[in-house]
Order: sequence, then C-alpha cells, then structure tokens
Amino acid sequence: MATTTLPPGGLAITADDDFQLERHGVWKRLRRHKPAIVGAFVIAFMVLIAALAHVLPLHDPNAIDNAWSGTPLAPGVAGHFLGTDEVGRDLLARLIYGAQISLTVALFAVIMELTIGTVVGAIAGYYGGWVDYWLMRLTDVFLSIPLLPLLLVLTAIVSATSTKAALNFGTIVIIIGGLSWPSLARLVRASFLSLREKEFTEAARALGNRDGRIIFRHLLPNAVAPIIVQGTLEIANVIILESTLSFLGFGIQPPTASWGNMLANAQSNMSNAPWVAILPGLCILVTVLAVNYLGDGMRDALDPKLK
Amino acid sequence: MVRRTVEAIPLLLLISVILFAILSNAPGGPLAPYLQNPHITAADIARLKHNLGLDDPIYIQYIKWIARVVGLQSDGESQHFGNFGYSTSNSETVTAAILERMPATLLLMGSAFTFSLIVGVAFGIIAAIKPYSSVDYLVTTFAFFGQSMPVFWFALMLQLAFAVNGINAFGYHIALPSAGLSNSDDFNIGDRLQHLILPTIVLSLLFLATWSRFTRSSMLEVLKTDYMRTAAAKGLDKMTIIMRHGLKNALMPVVTIVALSLPGLVAGAVVTETIFAWPGMGRLFINALGQFDFSLLMGYLMMVSFLVVFFNLVADVAYAWLDPRVKYD
Repeated sequence: MATTTLPPGGLAITADDDFQLERHGVWKRLRRHKPAIVGAFVIAFMVLIAALAHVLPLHDPNAIDNAWSGTPLAPGVAGHFLGTDEVGRDLLARLIYGAQISLTVALFAVIMELTIGTVVGAIAGYYGGWVDYWLMRLTDVFLSIPLLPLLLVLTAIVSATSTKAALNFGTIVIIIGGLSWPSLARLVRASFLSLREKEFTEAARALGNRDGRIIFRHLLPNAVAPIIVQGTLEIANVIILESTLSFLGFGIQPPTASWGNMLANAQSNMSNAPWVAILPGLCILVTVLAVNYLGDGMRDALDPKLK
Repeated sequence: MVRRTVEAIPLLLLISVILFAILSNAPGGPLAPYLQNPHITAADIARLKHNLGLDDPIYIQYIKWIARVVGLQSDGESQHFGNFGYSTSNSETVTAAILERMPATLLLMGSAFTFSLIVGVAFGIIAAIKPYSSVDYLVTTFAFFGQSMPVFWFALMLQLAFAVNGINAFGYHIALPSAGLSNSDDFNIGDRLQHLILPTIVLSLLFLATWSRFTRSSMLEVLKTDYMRTAAAKGLDKMTIIMRHGLKNALMPVVTIVALSLPGLVAGAVVTETIFAWPGMGRLFINALGQFDFSLLMGYLMMVSFLVVFFNLVADVAYAWLDPRVKYD
C-alpha cells in the first residue's frame, strides 16, 4: 500500500504496519497545512497555561482586592496586570482558571459525545434492520429539537431541582455530551453501512469472530478518520455552547470562572471598563479559531476527498 | 414525497413524548411557579394538582396534553389546534404569548436570513471565480472567523463600538441603538431600521460564514464541469457563464444547507434577542426558563421543532425539484 494515497475505504484495515505507514502520510500532509500547525501551537499554549494555573504566580481568582471600590480596577493598578472584573477579582487569574474550566468541559463533553455517537452509529450501521430504524428515529428527534434551547431547559431543570450550584462541571459535561452525539452517530452509521458489506467483514465473520470484536477491531479502525475530524471540530462547538450557557446564567456558576460567565455582567460596565468585556471573548474566539483551523487541516490530511 | 410528509407526524409525536418526559422532571412540573409563592398552601397545591390532573400517571398526563394540543379536547376555556395551555409567566395563553412576539422574531430572522443569503452567496461566488487569490483568501479567513465567533461576544463588541462610544468614520459620527425594537410607539421607519442593524449583523455572521464557504466549494465543483466548458466554447463571456449557467447549478446544494440552518437560526435568535432586549420569542423563552413556565417552554420547543421538521421536508422537496436526478422512493 502506498504511503501517500489512501484506499477508497479510508485507513488500512488492521495490519499495524500499514497503519503506521498511513499515519506517516497523514502527518506529512498535516504539516504542510500551515494554519492547522499554527492552530495546534495556539491550542498547546492554551492547554499548557491552563494546566499550570496552580503553579503560576497568580492572584487568587476568587479573591476581591481591597483596593476595589465599586468599579473595575484598570490594567496595571494594584498589581493586576489585566486589571480586575466588576467585583474586584484579578482578571488574568480568572482568564487562566476560566481556560481550565472551558477547555476541560469541552474535552470531557466531546469524549462523551464521541463514545455515545460511535457506539450508537456503529450498532445502527452494523446490525441494520429495526435496531437501525429505531436508533435513527431517536437521532432524528434530537436533531430536530434546536440544541441550545434544549440544553437551556435541561440546565434550568437541574438548577430548579436543587440549587444553582448543582450546575457544576460534571453536570454541564453530562448535559452537553449527552445531547450533542446525534450528528456524529449518523456519520459513523453511514461508514458502517458501507463497511459491513466489505469482504474483510465477511472474512472476519467467517472466522467466527464475535460481533463486538468485528465492530471495534475490524470496522471501527476503518471509520476513524471522519470521527477524528468531527471530534476536533466538536471541541470548537462545545467551547461556544458552554460559554453561551454560562453567559446566559445557565452554565458554570460563579464564583467559579468560565470564559462565558465572566462576560455575564460585562454589559453593565462596558463604558468604563471595556477590557472586562473584551478579553474573555477574545480568549474564546482565538481558541475556537485555532481548533477550527486544526480540524480543517486534519480533514484535508486524513481524507483529501472529504471537503 | 408523500411518505416523507407522513413520516414527519410520528417524528413530531416522538419529539413531544421525549420533551414531555424531560420537562415533567422539573420539580412541580407545571406547578413550579406556585411552589415558590408563600401565599399558596400545601393544600392549595394538592387541589391544583388534582384539578390539573397532575396526580395522574405521566402517560395519562401526556395523553391529556396531546389531546388538548391537537384540539381533540377542551381545556375548559377553549378547544383548538395548537392549544398549549396557560402561560404562568405571562398571565395569558401560550398561543397568545407566542403569537404576540412572533412578528419581532420573524422580522429579525427574516432580515438576517436575507442579508446572509445575498452577501454569503456573493462572497462565495467572488471567492470561487479566482480560487487561491487574495480575495479568496480574505473570504475564507472571514468565514473561519465567522464560524468561530461566540455570538454573544460579537454582540457585546458591536454594542461597545457603535452604541457605547459610537464610531467616527468618513467625518460622520456613527452611533446606533443597542436595545429594543424602536424608541417610541409611533411607527418610524428610520428608527426601526436603526434598531434592526446591529441585531441583524450579529445573527447573520454565522450563516454568512457557512453559506459563503458552501457556495464557494459548490461553485468550484460546477466550474470544473463539461457544460461550463461548453458554454465557454460557445464564446459567452465569463460573467454570463457564471451567472446564467453556473449559479443555478451551484445553488442546488446551498438550498439544502440553508434549510438545515434553521435550528442554528433559532438558537442564534435566543442569544441575540436576549442581548439586544429584542421583544421576540427567544426572550420570551429565556424569561420562561427563569420561572420554569412549563406550558410555555413546552409550546415553544414544540413549535421550533415543528419548524425544523417542516424545513427539512422543504429542503428535500426543493432539492428534488431543482435537481431532477434526485429521486426519493
């Protein structure tokens, strides 16, 4: 098998040598995609800073400065490099701790989404028949209800059931991850529908493999390219979703900082402290842009035909 | 095609079952607003519960609800299709509350839709005519920014630029209103348009971005086809070829993506209306969330889901109509 071109079905079957060679080709194409490489570096930088938040010499993100007297402190005042927010908390520290929250929510929600989406799509595509029919009707349902209002209703139910504080990291991850899988499930189902007709599937079945093994060891590796691409782009979507929920007051709850909830009160101080409104959104934009460019590059690299 | 339309009905029923099951999980369900009221005693709650049939098992409650919605049963006040009951957060029926806000939302969505479609398609064509030129690069970069922009932050930044400070450009001071539908109750077209500008731009950005990217790649495909070469061989000038022969074919897949953008448009309107204090359905929904107004939330979600299902169907029909090669069994 050639190192630079992909077979029509996607990546090589299960032979590990071929898989290695293919990965080389992918890596080579990805490196040539400059915006994707820049994106990857931006993401790496964000992740590094967020991961080192506890080690870096930062202010306490939830502590209110004594110098604060009702209006945000300007950048540079009282040792606050980027100033403070509307209740006198260090903005730089909140941005970095906010990055921690926003990025981990995105990561875990997407892992959950990929798991559910892949399993549902694989089962529907592999078994077909009534299993496929009902699983696809279920995905139709969740694709027909606009996602943001549905997420808002669920988070509103959680906060009404107990307290607003119940809207913590775990709840947000489960709600977002648990509802955003349908389009991925459709994608996986489509590849499984064609893969199950292939000769190697026939061969695997003839050898007496169990269904679970055929699905995960033989078919899944061949369907992995679009899943990786979609997964990357979904990280961008989830960062936006989480920040929108938090901005509207139905996501991560203060005092825990997230890029979204840092903007919740920005509107009222916009004339005297524009930096409070500008910086958290800029962080979202830059991160999401980086992820989208990386995802675009990966799509070109993994499957030049997908576009 | 008939089969597809018929299939939409069980889909909507399934959506209503799942939404009903989810929303009934809220503490108190439809009674949530009364639970916080200190003037209403536990005995009152129990009586209300009985009167509203909330002590029935959930599937009985659902059957009664759906019977009222499709107009098979009266709710004591009225009996008609689309009867979603009484909205506790608005002190009027859900239908009245939604219909009252619908024109504002339709105005916003309609202008954003028109603006994104015209500008998005134009950008896409310009980029496709000279692929990999600096213009193409500019359009593509713009599209990436549009897709990556958090809507609410973009709105805040426009407010900061145009409403808080105002911008000095070309010797004019440009300041735009940042909230509401109009300044006074008297109808004034200039005033209305000024209020419409910022929300429309905010709501348009995402669709402008996706639709221009989509038009670009679709147009690039079409430009490679044999019939385009034939048209060129006949000696037609480039503009005629692109506009007369190319555009019609390039727009076919765009129709689908446009119809499928509706859920995004609904979600975008929720955020945009909240930030610009736009008196539409999105803000109605956000207000209902805070007080957990069961009937209104259910009515709103059913209505937007219905629109999404309907537009999916329209996309299928339009696509088959535009492209006779497509056949649905």
